[in-house]
Amino acid sequence: MELRKNYFADVRKDDLHEIGQPRPRSDSPGHVTGKTAYFADRNFPGMLHLKMVRSPHHHARIRSIDTSEAEKHPGVVKVLTAKDVPHNVYTILILIQIGPEDETVLADGKVRWKGEAVVAVLAETERAAQEAAAKVKVDYEVLPAVFDMEEALKPGAPLVNEYHGQNYYLYDSGECRKVRFGDVEAGFAGADHILEQSYQSSPIEHAPTETTGCVVAPEGNDRFTCYTNTQAMFFTLDNTSIILQMPGSKLHFVGGTVGGGFGGKVDVIVEPIAILGAKLTGRPVSFIYSREEEMQISSPRAAEKVVIKDGVMTDGRIVARKVTGYTDAGAYSRHSPYGAQKGAGHYPGPYTIPNVWIDTYCVYTNRTPSSAMRGFGVTIGDFALEVQMDKLARLIGMDPLEFRFINAYRDGDMKAHRQPTEGAALIECMQEASRAANWPVAEKFMAMSSYKKGA
Amino acid sequence: MAIRRGRGVAAINYPTGMNLGGDPTQALVHSTPTGNFMVTLSSVDLGQGMKQIMAQICAETIGVPTDRVVVDTADTDTGPHCMGTFASRGTHRAGNAVIQAAREARQVMLEVAAEELEVNASDLETDGQGNILVKGAPQKSISIYDVALSAHFKRGRSISGRGMFLIPRSYPEKETGAMKPSTCYAHACTVAEVEVDDETGEVTVLTVKNVFEIGRALNPKMVEQQLVGGSWMGISHALYETTEPYYPNRDHGGTDFNQYLMPGPGDLAQTEIIVLERPSADGPYGAKGPGEMCANPQIPAVANAVFDAVGVRIDTLPITPERILRALKAQAAN
Repeated sequence: MELRKNYFADVRKDDLHEIGQPRPRSDSPGHVTGKTAYFADRNFPGMLHLKMVRSPHHHARIRSIDTSEAEKHPGVVKVLTAKDVPHNVYTILILIQIGPEDETVLADGKVRWKGEAVVAVLAETERAAQEAAAKVKVDYEVLPAVFDMEEALKPGAPLVNEYHGQNYYLYDSGECRKVRFGDVEAGFAGADHILEQSYQSSPIEHAPTETTGCVVAPEGNDRFTCYTNTQAMFFTLDNTSIILQMPGSKLHFVGGTVGGGFGGKVDVIVEPIAILGAKLTGRPVSFIYSREEEMQISSPRAAEKVVIKDGVMTDGRIVARKVTGYTDAGAYSRHSPYGAQKGAGHYPGPYTIPNVWIDTYCVYTNRTPSSAMRGFGVTIGDFALEVQMDKLARLIGMDPLEFRFINAYRDGDMKAHRQPTEGAALIECMQEASRAANWPVAEKFMAMSSYKKGA
Repeated sequence: MAIRRGRGVAAINYPTGMNLGGDPTQALVHSTPTGNFMVTLSSVDLGQGMKQIMAQICAETIGVPTDRVVVDTADTDTGPHCMGTFASRGTHRAGNAVIQAAREARQVMLEVAAEELEVNASDLETDGQGNILVKGAPQKSISIYDVALSAHFKRGRSISGRGMFLIPRSYPEKETGAMKPSTCYAHACTVAEVEVDDETGEVTVLTVKNVFEIGRALNPKMVEQQLVGGSWMGISHALYETTEPYYPNRDHGGTDFNQYLMPGPGDLAQTEIIVLERPSADGPYGAKGPGEMCANPQIPAVANAVFDAVGVRIDTLPITPERILRALKAQAAN
């Protein structure tokens, strides 16, 4: 890595003692020698293992659940169903007033995705829990399912989630989060060229080294300590408090070093049911995803579809941009309404465009619920935007890097979501890339600066 | 049939934090009787090195070496509120909270030192090595060790501080979408060079040259490890990763690392990382959040390089050999 100190030297203090120093990480010796303790290294006498019975169907009504054979299985201590969960329907972001509550801890009456948790089995060993889970009989009436976002938005599509009432998240602005800046139609009318393209992604797994899980131990005083690898301690504590209808003072969460998260560990999935198991049995409980569960059950990055329509002049200026983004939330919200909204705030990218029109939709389908992942709401949008930029440059016969200089935002430029640009540095990054990659651009672009006169 | 070479560029920005949900993080700092400092958070270290960075931020602010600071993360009985470790917010939000807490603790420390040295606290400075000196008269000094002993055993003072960083939540305006999703933005530009085998559709990323602007590199070695890892993830997203290759079809979902493809050591591109620093006005020592941004520009840069090499656009991720071959076939048919 090279630190190029010649850029922005006038606005930076470089005389600090500890900041800017390449100090070795204090925890790295433990990591590289395998001595760092992770949550799963906790072992308690009498610890029970929790395994889930999961839906084999994408969408089905539950006619009945028979746990009698599972309960008789040797080693089984407790079998939990929806009726055991005090506040079974929840949504993570209810803490910041983003509703409605739309997801069940254990399925109640219906399953909405293949892999949804239906029954939790607690047993003396993992194997006993697994075997007993296989003995739970669930009678399903399979319902029509919808997997494609555009199909889901059509009238008459199967309704994925009754708590929403339609297959999209209802924002205060309506069926999508909107951004309106300038007059996009006038921009298109005056453009030399118009290019409309669609981009698509599929879900991506976080693939952390350490799978999701927790170990819960009763403290003996009606309090429960939950050792967990959540990325958000108080999200988890507060949501658990709501789900279990327990005062937060009865809950003690201990995290520490996590073996990778990438956004996959911000959902509150394993802790509430494990703590409930510990509460109802009075024994420690371990609930740790297998690699297969991590890949099949944990929320992936959402699939997205992005449609971009641009109006561009032959001199390189983009004069209008219309973006429609679709985020596949799967069957439940989790963090997806937030991600789709964050996407609206991110478009039209780091470029100054006078006329912008953005709609972002959060769509429900009978797929595994998606949620946060590194670059949440932005990564796929950046793919679409920057491939589109390449296409636009070639459309008007311009060098793709020079084309970006013409449109790059600079200090003081007004963004589409009506915030003036501060601390811009795109131009300098591109200048350095031009040098590093030996991709020359015209001298006038190398003379540009993100500082703008009068800004 | 040939191996064809191409290159592509992409430029991006990335928001730090999450104002659209409200974004608080708190920190507590206190000294032990012998002048070591404890930082208490309930932020989570995901393996990216948050504890180390918080230790350096606290040490810089108080004026002690980093190895005199211990960071306790993620215990809800002892740590104050943190929204969580996500949204590129760890260094920025928790770092700001730690600075505020450390400043308060430093002030108490200087007040105790001033009593011991019989001078005004405003006349004191730290040397960064564990001592407090009188400005302009450095021979008149006291060690932080002795100051802490005095505070705890003689003067009944708690060398401690409270810190918090809170950005008021931004509510998007319904009709225009006016909003303040974040306060600062990191930036990047990547140039990728690829080879595409037009017979097999296989893509080899030869080089990625990544320029990242991240506000401040608080610990350059740790910045490097995050940016190199992120660059790898971007290439992985571009060419390999998917849980459902035939989305929205649910078949073929991987269940382990044999079925879920990512680049192995033999697939690594030659990776160059260049870092620029434009300090953010509200960042801790100017830092922005590079944690997510660093995995984004490689994806479109590789996509654009594939087009440059073989003249077909793959607008669906990931850019698999199958998709390239189908596009080449369609191109040949036209």
